[in-house]
Amino acid sequence: MILAGVQPAAEMVHWWFATGFLVLGLLLLSEVVVGEEVWALRPWRRYLWPGFAFGMGVLMFPVMTFFTSSTIHMVAHGSWAQVMMLAGAAELGLARGKLHSQYWRLCSALALAVSGAAFLVHEQNHWLFSRAAFLHHLLGWTVLTCALFPLVRAFRPRSLPASLGFAATFVLIAVLLYCDRDTAAIFGHLDFYAGVPHR
Amino acid sequence: MSADVAHRLRRGGDPRAGAERSAAVRARIVLALGPASAAAGVAWALAQPWRLTLLHPGGQGFWWLVAEPPLYVVVVGVLFRLLLAPGIVADLLGPGGPEP
Repeated sequence: MILAGVQPAAEMVHWWFATGFLVLGLLLLSEVVVGEEVWALRPWRRYLWPGFAFGMGVLMFPVMTFFTSSTIHMVAHGSWAQVMMLAGAAELGLARGKLHSQYWRLCSALALAVSGAAFLVHEQNHWLFSRAAFLHHLLGWTVLTCALFPLVRAFRPRSLPASLGFAATFVLIAVLLYCDRDTAAIFGHLDFYAGVPHR
Repeated sequence: MSADVAHRLRRGGDPRAGAERSAAVRARIVLALGPASAAAGVAWALAQPWRLTLLHPGGQGFWWLVAEPPLYVVVVGVLFRLLLAPGIVADLLGPGGPEP
């Protein structure tokens, strides 16, 4: 592919998205700490994290286009893009007051559940194949489990543990994505077929 | 002694003072989020200096010189502290903040 020489490595894209998730995590954490009422005192702040999540969903489409090594990769990244945009749009609608039902927050639970499943489905190698494979399995199960937080939040919007867990989920995703390397050992294991590690 | 004051004393003080203390603690947490993130980035850079290709730029391509994950963490923390945290804290401690 002619773009192969000029496009960034896949691990770099993981780090950029990790940065986005770190921003999301900090925004949500600070909202949990100060409370929704204080957070909403400046109207633009209500749109901050939903808009950011929506933007990350939009940016997932170029990832789908340029980092498609197989059909399952394309389906996984495409579904991520769609559910991130859906979750961001639903939260934007709630922030703007166009949507009223708290159950629109179920879109965030759906986004995490689909993302977790996509991580697990599109990782074809076993856990100790390489660090990337390990992290994809770990991210998949983590994200799938953490979908419980927005699920609880949809039914109990004032639940502090659910809100805190939802915010911490994004910080955790960021940490795991930052750990990703295209070719690196995990606990001393690196499969022969994984390739040669970069420094 | 007024019954109101007696009840407040038994509960451990003025609710307004309690709310102010709580708001001050929350303000400190918000103000600490950015520096904590930046400190994590610095610690990461010290622990794994090879992740900063700017320190060893020889033979690195454009993307490898752009991709500096520990620096990203530092930048996010600094920007959060400078751009967002002051406004959040001002709203928290200001007149529109939480009621006791």
